Amino acid sequence: MKLLFRLLSFLSAFRWQAAFAILLGCAMIASNIALLGMAAYLIAAAALAPLLVTLTIPIYIVRFASVSRAGSRYLERLVSHDVTFRLLAELRTWVYSRLEPLAPAYLQAYRSGDVLTRLVSDVEELQNIYLRVFSPIMVAIAIGLLTFGLFSLFSPVLAWTALAFLAVTGFGVPLLAGWLARGLGEQQLALRAELNAHIVDGIQGVQDLLACGRASDQESKIAHLQSALGRIQGRMAFIAGLQQAMNDLLMNLALWTLLILSIPLVISKAIDGVYLGFLGLVILASFEAVQPLGQAFQFLGHSLAAGERLFKIAGAIPVVRDEITSGSRLAVLTTDNGHLPNNGVTGAAVSTPGPGLVYQEQLSAPEKLFGPILEFEHVHFKYAPGENEALEDISFCAAPGKRIAIVGPSGAGKSTIVNLVLRFWDPTAGVIRLDGQDIRQHALADLRKVVGVVAQDTYLFNDTIRGNLLLARPGATESDIEQALEQAQLADFVRQLPRGLGTWVGEQGLRLSGGERQRLAIARTLLKNPPLLILDEVTANLDPLTEHDLLATLDALMQGRTTLIITHRLIDMERMDEILVLDEGQVRERGTHEQLLKAEGLYHYMLDVLHPAYR
Amino acid sequence: MHKTLFRSIRHARAALILTIIPGLLGTGAIIVQMALLSKVVNSVFLLHQGLAQIKWLLLLLLAAIIVRAGLVWIREIMAQKCAIRVKSELRRRLFAHLLQLGPAYSKGESTGELVATISEGIERLDAYVSRYLPQLAFSVLVPLVIVIYIFPLDWASAVILLVTGPVIPLLMILVGSYAEKQVQRQWLALARMSAYFLDAVQGLPTLKLFGSSEAARKRVALLSDGFRERTLKMLRVAFLSGMVLEFMAAVAIGLVAVTLGIRLLNAGIPFETAFLVLLLAPEFYRPLRELGVHRHAGMEGKAAAERIIAILETPVPYSSAGASDGALGDNRATGADLSARPCHSERSEECAPCPHNQLTITFTGVTYTYPGSEHAALDNVSLTLPAGSFTALIGRSGAGKSTLVNLLLRFMDPQHGHVTVNDVPLAEWPVEVWREYVALVPQRPYLFYGNVLTNIRLARPDASDEKVEQAAELAGALEFIRQLPQGFATGIGERGARLSAGQAQRIAIARAFLKDAPLLILDEPTSSLDARSEFLIRQALERLTQNRTVLVIAHRYNTIAHANQVAVLENGKLVKVGDPDELLQPEGIYAQPGSPGKAVFL
Repeated sequence: MKLLFRLLSFLSAFRWQAAFAILLGCAMIASNIALLGMAAYLIAAAALAPLLVTLTIPIYIVRFASVSRAGSRYLERLVSHDVTFRLLAELRTWVYSRLEPLAPAYLQAYRSGDVLTRLVSDVEELQNIYLRVFSPIMVAIAIGLLTFGLFSLFSPVLAWTALAFLAVTGFGVPLLAGWLARGLGEQQLALRAELNAHIVDGIQGVQDLLACGRASDQESKIAHLQSALGRIQGRMAFIAGLQQAMNDLLMNLALWTLLILSIPLVISKAIDGVYLGFLGLVILASFEAVQPLGQAFQFLGHSLAAGERLFKIAGAIPVVRDEITSGSRLAVLTTDNGHLPNNGVTGAAVSTPGPGLVYQEQLSAPEKLFGPILEFEHVHFKYAPGENEALEDISFCAAPGKRIAIVGPSGAGKSTIVNLVLRFWDPTAGVIRLDGQDIRQHALADLRKVVGVVAQDTYLFNDTIRGNLLLARPGATESDIEQALEQAQLADFVRQLPRGLGTWVGEQGLRLSGGERQRLAIARTLLKNPPLLILDEVTANLDPLTEHDLLATLDALMQGRTTLIITHRLIDMERMDEILVLDEGQVRERGTHEQLLKAEGLYHYMLDVLHPAYR
Repeated sequence: MHKTLFRSIRHARAALILTIIPGLLGTGAIIVQMALLSKVVNSVFLLHQGLAQIKWLLLLLLAAIIVRAGLVWIREIMAQKCAIRVKSELRRRLFAHLLQLGPAYSKGESTGELVATISEGIERLDAYVSRYLPQLAFSVLVPLVIVIYIFPLDWASAVILLVTGPVIPLLMILVGSYAEKQVQRQWLALARMSAYFLDAVQGLPTLKLFGSSEAARKRVALLSDGFRERTLKMLRVAFLSGMVLEFMAAVAIGLVAVTLGIRLLNAGIPFETAFLVLLLAPEFYRPLRELGVHRHAGMEGKAAAERIIAILETPVPYSSAGASDGALGDNRATGADLSARPCHSERSEECAPCPHNQLTITFTGVTYTYPGSEHAALDNVSLTLPAGSFTALIGRSGAGKSTLVNLLLRFMDPQHGHVTVNDVPLAEWPVEVWREYVALVPQRPYLFYGNVLTNIRLARPDASDEKVEQAAELAGALEFIRQLPQGFATGIGERGARLSAGQAQRIAIARAFLKDAPLLILDEPTSSLDARSEFLIRQALERLTQNRTVLVIAHRYNTIAHANQVAVLENGKLVKVGDPDELLQPEGIYAQPGSPGKAVFL
């Protein structure tokens, strides 16, 4: 109940429209009651009264009712859809703003099971709460009372009987059907989930299935599940049919019972016989209000379940708190307004080969690109209390413009370091400093302005290439974009697309290859132009030839920026200023490529035994 | 549309007729009920008869009411039965057809969309078959029955109904055809809206990194609002068709009532008849109104049906030999005639004595172009894989390596040229039989819903537990399987253990050991796996590649160095075949420029 009120509270912003739509819904059914009732009265009166004048008012009512029936129905549909779309917009922005602080720490737990897709469909489910749940129930109650009122004008017995039949049909029949079908819905869902899993298996695993000659096995598994599903759906159809039949039966039984009750009243002259047909048609027409309730209760069940899931996710507490407001000292590091101390960087930048230089001259003054000092001081981290430490006593210092590589087998804790720098989580102990100041002292927005990340899985939005690039710098000019693409070596590719920068990428458009995706990510980061760069397994999903092609581009991106490179592929290690070999959350070895080779430790083993291809 | 669907489904038409019959009988029951009702009202109102005098009438009325409800029940059950039959038959066919279309087709389509078509799309036919189609019939038949009944009673009212009746569908079509396209476009926009929302939610980490999450929130709100305004503008027109229907029905009922009233005044018609006509008038319009309610379901179902038919009509990309399960009997006969076949039975156990190194595979001038593509994925490729040899196939992504493998597995047949096995054209082998001779270890092996045991057994479902365990051991997988909570019985996937890429790879290798086929196709993973997996897989592959004809899509230096021959593909053309030493020389095309003879990235 509390949940229901919480859901309905989303309506409060447009409660007047909602109330108006309900009023119109009542008017629509009341018009039909008036139309049919008065038509019956008209005929009966005409059979008795010989004068046309006595029929004038009923005739006007009939005419008015037929117009207002159509009009109120039209308006009701418009207004109620308006309310529904408003509700949907409200729910979406609410969910989004609740999720925003949770990403990615909390959402990471959900990456697998399409929970996000689920969440989106939950939001869509909830839009029904007004149109299909709240509004029909309110209209049914109002029309029930109206019918009760009408019949009370004739006899309280008739009024109570009518109300009882309406209530039993509106609330009793859905309850009965729900009781009969209990468990069937879950069974159907479970079967459909299993069926789905097998269909996904069959389609995604088609190569393995065919190669193993197991296609017919999968087909028979699906046929088996399908017939089980058919049996459940058959039972549900039996109950749904019963529900419809009960609605029909109760409507006509109400008519029959009211006849039985009113006939003696007519004979005893308690009721004028002219109203007998009127009463019959009023009760028949009033049932229009209770027919949709069966569906309404089904939707109510779905909406409550969807609401519960949403509130659970939305109620989670962010793992990182943003306590500092934007505009703190770090903001000056960002390239838009940055005045980083010029400590002889210009010389280094000028020595950069070709394209790097051009880029720097055009996009920003070279001295801004030297990057801040990033320091880890005895950092410890656990993802959850009771778990093993993901990082144990990590210390390093990345001086401006230097490149630090963090290497090690998968699961060593490399990506955790990235998550900590970006403050997706905070360390359990120890301090991370940026430019000498604890990163918790910086506003999250400022911190993330300074850091650029190119990761293993680049997320591209369903948008144009331009849209995906502008994300990094909304105010970028065409020539900025051109420059960035040129430097990411993507310009030729974009030029040969028929719609160029306006080409859609992602599900609706162009499917980019792994290498092209990464180049787009690099171009995006070039536009952002951050002084601190993190490369997180950038080439892990690429085939080695594409990887090789990308190395030069990455090198250009790193020029003049403090860079943290996370990798388990030991490529280009000669160019690193320091290499940290991470294993099980600890730094096992550190030094330059040559020092580490000489030491003949883990690094040497990885390079020599496990990845001889990289020597 | 529904004709194409129905032609393909046995008994579906009969089931639909079984839905329509109780529906029409129900209309009969309604007429009887209303006739009795008007008689009762007439007896009480005008003849002043009491309960006792009309008790038989009342009992008959009750009976009609009960029969009417019973017919509703039967109609609903029949409608669902029909829908269930159509759905299960179509799902079975669609899935079977997709399997025949093979990985080349599934790869080109979005998997999510295909899955949605088979599961959701087919469920959407439910409302189409069980509601929309019968309602379509009722909306013609029921008004006809009612008007035929009314005509002898009061022809004037019958004429009113007859005139207004057809106007409703006519006006609805007029307004509807204008609105229909807009409605479709708006539903598409609605779907895009939720896609945008999903996109924003999934990309939240990226948005945060670029400091754009607040902008995205505003955009969600803005887009939703814009969508609402545009949709409402469109709905103002679209809802007109509903209003026209309501208006015409209401006005016609009013008109019938008023003309009846006036004729009653002039005693032109008895009250009982007039009341009956008034009672039946709403029933005349009811089916049309209900058709309006189910129209959206009808449209959705139609769209789903179109997609389903489009998939079903996609031709299978390989020749019919062994393609259809029904023709399997004939294929056996054909297969037995192939004298050069290494084995004369398709049952795998009986193939066990076949020598493993006996398959020589020859590609001669093979060309393949994917449907809808302008460039050949493979262009005039000739290559021999000698019996028992180890061939490494290299090239950039998109060079045609997977196409070659797909042709070898007969997921499709080449448009030009041919593939022979021991000099027998591959096209003459029944597909199912040929695949018994091939083991495939894909780059990203797919793990199926089920446990570890069934996943390894995929290669040979009748293999004993010992055999499976042995295969797992040879694949270097036994150690980690034993450490899983329930060993071989541990579930895989969403509900069970999540295996790393390296572990999945070893499961696939175990499958290959269990299958023990004379031809092994291996697609080496491009990304490096964790160190332990990498080491174990290398050892396992050394064992697995013994005494077989092996084709490897190779990415690793070691693999290439161990090959008997290396074939290099570039843009669908075979540019070089030779032994590895030759190709790995400093001047060889795959040596890294700048660091001669040292680093090789393949």
